[in-house]
Amino acid sequence: MFQQTGTLLRFLLRLDRIKLGTWLAILIVSSLLTLQSLSDLYPEQADRDAMIETMQNPVMIAIAGKSEGLDHYGIGTMFAHQMILFTALAVGIMAILLTARRTRGEEEDGQLELLRSMPTGRQSQLAAVSLAMLIAFVLLALGLVFGIEAMQAQGTSLAGSLLYGAALGVIGLFFTGLTACFAQLSSTSRGTIGLSFGALIFFYLLRAIGDVSNETLTWLSPFGWIEMSQPYVVNRWQPVLLTFGVALLLHVAAFLLNEKRDFASGYLKAKPGKTHAGKLLSGPFSLLFRLQRTSLIAWTAGMVLLGAMYGSVLGDLEKYFQDNEMLQQILAAQPGFSLVDQSIGMLMFMLAIFASIPALMALLKLQGEEKKARLDLVYSLPQSRLRLMLDAWAAAVMIGTVMLLIAALGLAAAGNAVLDDPVGYAVFMKAAAVYLPAIWTLLGIAGLLIGILPKWSGLIWAYVAYAFIAVYMGDLLKMPGWLRKLSPFEFVPQIPVEKLHWGELSFLALFALIVFAAGLAGYRRRDLQG
Amino acid sequence: MPVLETSKLTKKFGKFSALEAVELQVNEGEIYGFIGPNGAGKSTTIRILLGMLRATSGKAEIFGMDVWKEAVDIHKRLAYVPGDVNLWPNLSGGEAIDLLLKMRGSLNRQKRNEMVERFGLDPKKKCRTYSKGNRQKVALIAAFASDAELFILDEPTSGLDPLMERIFQDCVWELKEQGKSVLLSSHILSEVERLCDTVGIIREGRLIESGSLKDMRHLTRTQLLVETKKPLIQLSQISGIHNVEQKEDATVFQVDSDRLDQVMIHLSGFGITRLESTPPALEDLFMRHYEHANDARVAGGAG
Repeated sequence: MFQQTGTLLRFLLRLDRIKLGTWLAILIVSSLLTLQSLSDLYPEQADRDAMIETMQNPVMIAIAGKSEGLDHYGIGTMFAHQMILFTALAVGIMAILLTARRTRGEEEDGQLELLRSMPTGRQSQLAAVSLAMLIAFVLLALGLVFGIEAMQAQGTSLAGSLLYGAALGVIGLFFTGLTACFAQLSSTSRGTIGLSFGALIFFYLLRAIGDVSNETLTWLSPFGWIEMSQPYVVNRWQPVLLTFGVALLLHVAAFLLNEKRDFASGYLKAKPGKTHAGKLLSGPFSLLFRLQRTSLIAWTAGMVLLGAMYGSVLGDLEKYFQDNEMLQQILAAQPGFSLVDQSIGMLMFMLAIFASIPALMALLKLQGEEKKARLDLVYSLPQSRLRLMLDAWAAAVMIGTVMLLIAALGLAAAGNAVLDDPVGYAVFMKAAAVYLPAIWTLLGIAGLLIGILPKWSGLIWAYVAYAFIAVYMGDLLKMPGWLRKLSPFEFVPQIPVEKLHWGELSFLALFALIVFAAGLAGYRRRDLQG
Repeated sequence: MPVLETSKLTKKFGKFSALEAVELQVNEGEIYGFIGPNGAGKSTTIRILLGMLRATSGKAEIFGMDVWKEAVDIHKRLAYVPGDVNLWPNLSGGEAIDLLLKMRGSLNRQKRNEMVERFGLDPKKKCRTYSKGNRQKVALIAAFASDAELFILDEPTSGLDPLMERIFQDCVWELKEQGKSVLLSSHILSEVERLCDTVGIIREGRLIESGSLKDMRHLTRTQLLVETKKPLIQLSQISGIHNVEQKEDATVFQVDSDRLDQVMIHLSGFGITRLESTPPALEDLFMRHYEHANDARVAGGAG
């Protein structure tokens, strides 16, 4: 059953050495860089206490999680509080992508069929993938522990660092196990990744709602367990052990499911398709929508939910403000604007970042399909490349716009339901709409990559990550202005607190258009891949 | 009148020269067999003809229009079947066929259903579950159900079973009867032999031989099987005779077409009791070109 697992494991580690190495390097280095900058930027207790004030409201707790060590907020506590959930999210994404690729992905593409025809066991590939991921996450934990210890930052301790590394390692094992289970249920790698990401987002939201309103919900989410370990504060090991136990159970379940099923089949059966294409499916535009139908439905539901979750937090925020005299004094400097008003811009920024993801995926689909040679037949039809790319762009712009506005609507509806002092729908929608030119800019740059550097189009995700960090962590890391201005979101005013500058927004929109036009020109001239 | 014509067509990928001065000509109503081994440049040529790759130099025209600049207008009158058909995994076969036909501009439901029936495709299945042969059927149905004038088929039968291959050949014959033109790239030589009027052989990016199959055969050898009263001796010493083999009572050998006359005179002296002649198979033609190439390479390598 497990014959040749060792051989397969070595083979896998060799195959994925660059991917694994890159993920581990990015996760460890970015953690250590953040720890370093926190030590540099907040040397005094007074600096950190001021920082807490901005982190303690319900909106920030929903986004970044809570800390039990706010009354003695050392660098270690601050680091764990700010970083543990975001790093856990990234570790989860890493586990999902790598596990899905090497389990269901290989089965779907046929490599596994070859391996299974050799004297290898039925469970060998799954076992090799689990072991490879285990090795990766042990390395991650060790890298973090040694790195943090080497920096000797104020408020860190060996006990805390060990817990911090272990917590992030076990969350990786948890999502490896979960993805391995979904790889047995779904018969496609798309389905596996979709289900796994759905679970990741669900657990993140569950923890957010739990943290703000009901702690029982927090305890139902693995992200909640990781958060509750509270490294450098109370150093609880029980939640980490709990996560490890559940991860083991998930692995056992995956092996049991794998043992019973036929090769290339899944437990969720695909239903038969239609004999004829519907009226709507008639060209590149409708094809692009059709190909992403399931994922778009999921994204729409997710965006409404995310908006509603942020909106429901506004009620707590209002109450929190009324109870906090010191905050009232600080904010008195900005008369006419409540804390709710001031949070709307930040929330819309989060929604805009999320909304840009399905939009970019829709545009990149054009190149993904080209690479898989699925467009060969389409290119042989009387459809010009101009038309194909414009259709993909129009679909992407539409998706980005609808996703953002629908999430904003969810935010407005939930917000106004809980606020004693409601904010007009127009304000919410305006605060969201100003982010559209920034999303168009991301689409423009993606278009440029597709047209001119198709092999490097994946770089757009690195840029999105930067665009997010520059705005979200810009203050925390005290980044200089020009570095922040490399993010298109930096040009967007935070409505209703800031004034609307048509000039800057028009500049963004124009830039997006010019960059995209250049990409379009490149796409029309270059050789097609495949 | 040529439907498709290239002259000095050259394509370079960096320093590697994939095609060098390829001259192709497909006339109206003609089935042109484009043969060569894997990697010889067949698919690269076709992708240039479809406007997917840009020629480094040279000219390529279809219907008298430039394949790169006027691709869309050309594609209105052209149907293509790739060798490796990649379809959208979450669409059913029926949906994929309809979509392709709609994007070409006309969906003739009757013709489409007839073709689905003929090729025995289950159109309800998702494309991800189709085998290579079934994916090829989808592309073939979408092509044959269209009213295109030129069909570019790139190894279209590599995944089909013999029954389906026969149906494919019937469909191509019907196209020919309707006066349509076909560029058929293949390395199944028996298929090319059965279907094509004209053949072009490509090797390492160069078109090394082209012309009608008849002419090409004429220039080469005929295979003879002979039984005689007196034993045939020292046959191989006569010029123009090759590959002599003894098969039970009969002798089998090949004769250069221009020496046939002298050989027959020589043979009649032995008292012929049985004589069968077969035209040379395309395979012999093909192999000869490649054997020559290999010999030349070995000789060149030694020097």
